[in-house]
Amino acid sequence: MKNWFIYLLLIVSVSSCSKDDTPDTEVYEPTPNSLEIPAIFEQNIIAPVIPNNNPQTIEGVALGKKLFFDPILSGDETMSCANCHSPQNAFTDNTPTSDGINGVFGNRNSMPLFNLAWNYGERFAWDGKELSLERQALEPVQNTIEMNSNWDDVVNKLQTHPEYPELFRKAFKTTTITKELTAKAIAQFERTLISANSKFDRADQGLATLTPQEQNGLNVFLDEAKGDCFHCHGNPNNPLWTDNIFHNNGLDSTFSDLGLGAVTGDPNDNGKFKSPSLRNLAYTAPYMHDGRFSTLDEVIDFYSEGLQNSSTIDPLMKKVDQGGVQLSDQDKADLKAFLLSLSDPSFLTNPDFQN
Amino acid sequence: MKKIFALLIISAITFTSCSDDNDDNLKTKTEAKTSFNFTHNWDDTAIAGSDFENTQYTNANGEMITMTRLRYIISDVTFTKANGESTTIEGYKLVDVTNDDLNYNPEMKIPTGAYTSVSFTYGLKHEDNIDGAYTDLNSASFNVPMAALGGGYHYMQFDGKYTNSTVTDAPFNYHHIRAVNAGMPPVFPDQPTFITVDLGAMTISDDITIEVKMNVAEWFKNPNTWDLNVLNQVLMPNANAQLLMNQNGQNVFGLGTVTQ
Repeated sequence: MKNWFIYLLLIVSVSSCSKDDTPDTEVYEPTPNSLEIPAIFEQNIIAPVIPNNNPQTIEGVALGKKLFFDPILSGDETMSCANCHSPQNAFTDNTPTSDGINGVFGNRNSMPLFNLAWNYGERFAWDGKELSLERQALEPVQNTIEMNSNWDDVVNKLQTHPEYPELFRKAFKTTTITKELTAKAIAQFERTLISANSKFDRADQGLATLTPQEQNGLNVFLDEAKGDCFHCHGNPNNPLWTDNIFHNNGLDSTFSDLGLGAVTGDPNDNGKFKSPSLRNLAYTAPYMHDGRFSTLDEVIDFYSEGLQNSSTIDPLMKKVDQGGVQLSDQDKADLKAFLLSLSDPSFLTNPDFQN
Repeated sequence: MKKIFALLIISAITFTSCSDDNDDNLKTKTEAKTSFNFTHNWDDTAIAGSDFENTQYTNANGEMITMTRLRYIISDVTFTKANGESTTIEGYKLVDVTNDDLNYNPEMKIPTGAYTSVSFTYGLKHEDNIDGAYTDLNSASFNVPMAALGGGYHYMQFDGKYTNSTVTDAPFNYHHIRAVNAGMPPVFPDQPTFITVDLGAMTISDDITIEVKMNVAEWFKNPNTWDLNVLNQVLMPNANAQLLMNQNGQNVFGLGTVTQ
């Protein structure tokens, strides 16, 4: 009889405990949304960088996309991120430097946006001043010659907007909007901007064939005695086509723009800028951190004959005393043909990336 | 009776908990973790990350050099006993001196015991030097082009500048790869250019940290006095230069402090 009473007590105890742990209502969670990693990336390079505190979700990406194209982020609501980062230009623009809401131009070329999750060092911008994509997204809003707004105003506008509080709730489970959550959403959208469907990519996968000229251009690119481009700009086994590292590539003998040096304070970093990816060059002119070269021919001529020596020039630059590697006209033409084979027209028209 | 029973229970619990606590300490380890710490010096003067692009060193040929970038691969650390039995930690480490990535902590444990030789491969053995096979090395752009140079990976990328009576801050790219006569197709000489480095005998009884020292000056010194005026850039397609690097690399590495 005593045993019977103990068993009953135990059952009641266990039942009451388990009942307490069961939620009364279903807890909402945003829908996880893994990046679609292209086969050529999956096969060749390590996984993309997704911050633990900002996982990709369907709702977060959708919110980020809406914010990216919304001029509400700018001071006079005339300019969105897409003004300088247009899908039709592989998410850059077509001017040497970009003007902000007051028509004033900055001093840097707008960087194209793609494959950003594979920037393993997580230094963004030409000078590496932004140490994550989330932090980068904060900057243009308050830059006086770009969007010339301030985050308090932007957050107020978003908070009183008829749609945004609910979109933030869906993305981040809160209707209290902050600049940090706004930047997180934009970063999520930016990480989805993946470009890996160029002719060269398709050739790598056996779906296209390079022309003899494109193939010879690749050989020039990979030849240490000719282009020697591969030490900084990747190779068929590193299909990012950049090392995402900072180099002084010999543009100037003295520096009006210190680049990475202004960020680190180290004079040895003066004149160093990020190696940009060589993907989508067909859509991203003009070139270099200040947009000084209008055409790809000018860029190739520069590396062939136009190098300028300076104290911080990267020792990977060849024959600096002769101005460069002295490519023949044929090699230049072939190199250009190869470089253009890295352009991905489907990236420009991907409906997921349009406003 | 009840008292005796309670005493027995308490004694049993006490005895069991005491013996549990002591077990680990008394046991002799049969396996040990290994860690490798790579340090760098110029003829016994320590090289730190802050020395890159700042400190000048004089090489055996009399040039003043500054280092911009130094990274290299070590692979297949092997522990060999007197009876010839060996344990190899398959895998590699890209040591990136410029970015202070200097520690290698393999997951695999090795049997404890007396080893007559602890060795590793500087670079990659030919069967491991597979074009595009390693996604982390691809991501680090450490590849050797396939078409003309046969693919695979750099063994070492050492970039810098040199100054002498005729040039100032001229660039050099001391890039070490598998020797190859460049062409379509490329032709490999018989001699390998990776190096087996023997750190000597060690008795391993516990987790161990092994310092591996690289004397960077040796790359320019012995047995070939390296003339940067002649051999400075475009050395990857220069099979003879690769073989000279292999000769000079024989005494580059040494054993430093061992702790366990």
